[in-house]
Amino acid sequence: MKRRIAVVIALLAGLAGLAVMGTSFTLIGASPPGKAANTRKTIFTEQSLSRGAYLARAGNCMGCHTAQSGPAYAGGRSLSTPFGTFITTNITPDKETGIGRWSEEDFWKALHEGKSRDGRPLYPAFPYTEYTKITREDSDSIFAHLQTLAPVAQRNAPSQIKFPYDYQLLLSVWRAVYFKPGVYQPEPGKSAEWNRGAYLVQGLGHCNACHAERNPLGATAGDDALGGGQIMGSNWYAPSLTSGLEAGFAHWRIDEIVQLLTTGVSPQATTSGPMAQVVMESLQHLTKEDARAMAIYLQSLPESNSLSLIKGPAMTEQVQAWFRQGAAIYEKHCQDCHGASGQGAPGVYPPLAGSRSVTMTPPINAIRSVLNGGYPPATMGNPRPYGMPPFAQTLHDGEVALVLSYIRNAWGNHASLVTTAQVDKSREGITLK
Amino acid sequence: MRRLILATLLFSAGLANAVEAVSAAAPVEVPDTMAERVKPCVACHGLEDKVGRDAYYPRIAGKPKGYLFNQLRSFRDGLRYYQPMTLLLANMTDQYLLEMAAYFSGLKQPFPPPERMAASSAQIKLARQLINQGDPARQIPACIQCHGNELMGTAPFIPGLLGLPRIYMIAQFGAWRNGGLIRGQTADCMSEIAKQLTTEETNAVAAWLAAQPIPENSGPAGTLPVEMARRCGSIVQSATVQ
Repeated sequence: MKRRIAVVIALLAGLAGLAVMGTSFTLIGASPPGKAANTRKTIFTEQSLSRGAYLARAGNCMGCHTAQSGPAYAGGRSLSTPFGTFITTNITPDKETGIGRWSEEDFWKALHEGKSRDGRPLYPAFPYTEYTKITREDSDSIFAHLQTLAPVAQRNAPSQIKFPYDYQLLLSVWRAVYFKPGVYQPEPGKSAEWNRGAYLVQGLGHCNACHAERNPLGATAGDDALGGGQIMGSNWYAPSLTSGLEAGFAHWRIDEIVQLLTTGVSPQATTSGPMAQVVMESLQHLTKEDARAMAIYLQSLPESNSLSLIKGPAMTEQVQAWFRQGAAIYEKHCQDCHGASGQGAPGVYPPLAGSRSVTMTPPINAIRSVLNGGYPPATMGNPRPYGMPPFAQTLHDGEVALVLSYIRNAWGNHASLVTTAQVDKSREGITLK
Repeated sequence: MRRLILATLLFSAGLANAVEAVSAAAPVEVPDTMAERVKPCVACHGLEDKVGRDAYYPRIAGKPKGYLFNQLRSFRDGLRYYQPMTLLLANMTDQYLLEMAAYFSGLKQPFPPPERMAASSAQIKLARQLINQGDPARQIPACIQCHGNELMGTAPFIPGLLGLPRIYMIAQFGAWRNGGLIRGQTADCMSEIAKQLTTEETNAVAAWLAAQPIPENSGPAGTLPVEMARRCGSIVQSATVQ
């Protein structure tokens, strides 16, 4: 016990040190816990209800607050992180187990301040670090919509948070250091469309929750980092949305960004894994205007890397021999769809030549695609997608490594070699989502 | 200024060339067919020598549409546990899965040759007994009652049992026994039957079924006996095929 306390004290001291150094040290106005709920009855207009439904989609609340094949919004989905396993909560209006007794003020506090109804600070597995940018009006609309759902009686399972992160004091210090509440403030020099896009990307869309690297304490670098990172507890890498080497959009056409976001496919890239789910459940439902606004904002992000930085391996005889073996596997299993020159069929079978999904430094997404295959999401804009067969059952780890190393260095592509060990590690990840 | 413009033009042309070099080859031509769209399925469930390293994958061509649709939906939603299928079908709509089910249901494919009989004569006798008569004492119905006299299934929800790998069937018996393939739909149906059967019995039945030749011009039976429809009601009623 003594040791546990010592560890907590050490961590607190470390955090306090960070806080002093940090410029964003903000103490959150503490409200007394258990404050009487606002019982004021609100009459929701139909307009605000349908707006709320739309915004809940755009924020993809359902994505986390629904267990696989469970009732919508009733919670129960596990989010595994280095800090423990968080179980999402029931946000249907059930009075006993959901948020039926909440007021719009309570809801606002959760979104904006990251605090539960009883005043307890929430863990940032709930992305209030992003949702804090949502306006009060939008928060109220989402709440109004959630209150119209059919109540589902499903008790919240307790999260299993690891020591020492289960100490609430530690969480409060974390919040003081890394969390700055504040509604999105439009940038005066930018167009209304750009600002709308920024609001959606930074706030409601909470893109940063995945597309940013987290430090060992689970914090991202800031409002619009979007620098890419491995998704917590999953074997997927969320590519950087600023890097020219990954998924930066600086050189994309606006209509193709919109197409990718709302249909899941585009001539240059196809969504897969967690992003396919985001497109399926959230982004495909955006209005044309909002999708375009997001595209305009994403395209405007300053590029952090350029393509000329990528280097392939030195072409030793050994490497050339590996590429010949990789090419033979490619010809047998991949060429039918992706073409002899990796040209693919844009929008159907993704081109591999010049594809950043193929060449970006962490190869885990490419490995997963080969092992597990998959379809892009069946969206309204692409209801009958073509798909990729899984090869986990037919190719050995070594063969997957050879063919990927070849693809990453063929037809003008340059990237590091993929090792058998990397493939093997991804196989373990097949059980993860 | 002129030189700058010229340099810019040349540079852009160079870039354009580089881009072109990458995408010079004409795009792969993709037929707009279901056959093309289900390529990921036939990697394992196909005709040719594509049964993976373990010969585990079941045949799906010609199985009843409702059965296939139920399985696809259950795999997608994690109600039938097989992670490779769940990953493959994530983010598919019911509508599209139904279209896939209809495609495979209507697909005519020659059956593989029967497996060599991996059962003793005593086991064969046991298997025949269970398949044709069941065991009324334990309330185990005959297989043919639901799966059809020819064991080729019953439209639209009950699968055929012939032409499947023995080890696949043994694995499915195990899955039924351990809580059911389709959680929540199995309370009164196959999982109860599987729990009644001994390992020796399931092994015998699987071995016998895998060794049977396929009757000519056969397909799923038309209707389920009333009694069995009642017993397996959850499967028959809850599945809605639009």
